[in-house]
Amino acid sequence: MSAELPLIGDYSTPSTELSGARIGVVTFPGTLDDRDAARAVRAAGAEAVSLWHADTDLQDVDAVVIPGGFSYGDYLRAGAISRFAPMMAKIADAANSDAKLPVLGICNGFQILTESHLLPGSMIKNDHLKFICRDQLLRVENNQTAWTNGFEAGQEITIVLKNQDGQYVADEKVLDELEAENRIAFSYVGWNPNGSRRSIAGVSNKAGNVVGLMPHPEHAIEAGFGPDHRGTDGLAFFTSVLTHLVGGKK
Amino acid sequence: MPRIVVDVMLKPEILDPQGKAIAGALPRLGFTSFEAVRQGKRFELSVDGEVTEEILAQAREAAETLLSNPVIEDVVNVEVFED
Repeated sequence: MSAELPLIGDYSTPSTELSGARIGVVTFPGTLDDRDAARAVRAAGAEAVSLWHADTDLQDVDAVVIPGGFSYGDYLRAGAISRFAPMMAKIADAANSDAKLPVLGICNGFQILTESHLLPGSMIKNDHLKFICRDQLLRVENNQTAWTNGFEAGQEITIVLKNQDGQYVADEKVLDELEAENRIAFSYVGWNPNGSRRSIAGVSNKAGNVVGLMPHPEHAIEAGFGPDHRGTDGLAFFTSVLTHLVGGKK
Repeated sequence: MPRIVVDVMLKPEILDPQGKAIAGALPRLGFTSFEAVRQGKRFELSVDGEVTEEILAQAREAAETLLSNPVIEDVVNVEVFED
């Protein structure tokens, strides 16, 4: 596959050390954003490896991105059928193993991770019932995860939000636990765009290797194409995991 | 062919945005007696032959693992219809 170099971008030496890491991007029937996710992986300096939902070979990848879209048409519940794909079983095992495979779930990928019980809670329809697409301001609540270590704690970032089933719900006990254990990774700043409990936009597992969020960092990696035609705040997700893999900050 | 019918509802504490929208539309058609609407899902599992206890147990397990998400939903009824 030829390198897809963006036409507009900053190609100075990256501040994070590049690792030659291999990052898998999973495709299910109905996935939409796998190519953008792979492009983001390459823009961060890693090799993108396509993983097919029906396969069982993780191909020795160092991390996995489960991208957004409408896998299985959101039939039954968003992510409910994909969750039982053979590849998901492999990913769940690797994420829960001692190796703690880093896994990032974006939008439908986040829904698949909650259905898999790799992350707590679930998503239901937006409280206003409309599909929403906007540049979304987020606060980085936890910069100690595999996918957020490149941010400052409390940093505000703008990336794209686009979904219909984005309202994060969990019972009060789980929400209290998430807050106490610093596992709310991102929250919405200002207007809560979908009625999510406690304005939660993304959460992590206990170990911090599995992170899921509704907004789309892979659409904000390139000057000229991101939010407001400038934003590249999403790139730090993909460079964070490289830093994590080379043994940098947690 | 007998069917096992499984009914799934959002948990009572989870707000149902779709039910709320339906409740908003009812008065427009003159149906003014209904305070609230909650929307659920009905699954019909057809069985070739008799519905044994084992098959019914499988249906209950499927209802809890795939047909519903216990984080947000309850399986409110599993019932056999012999037609």
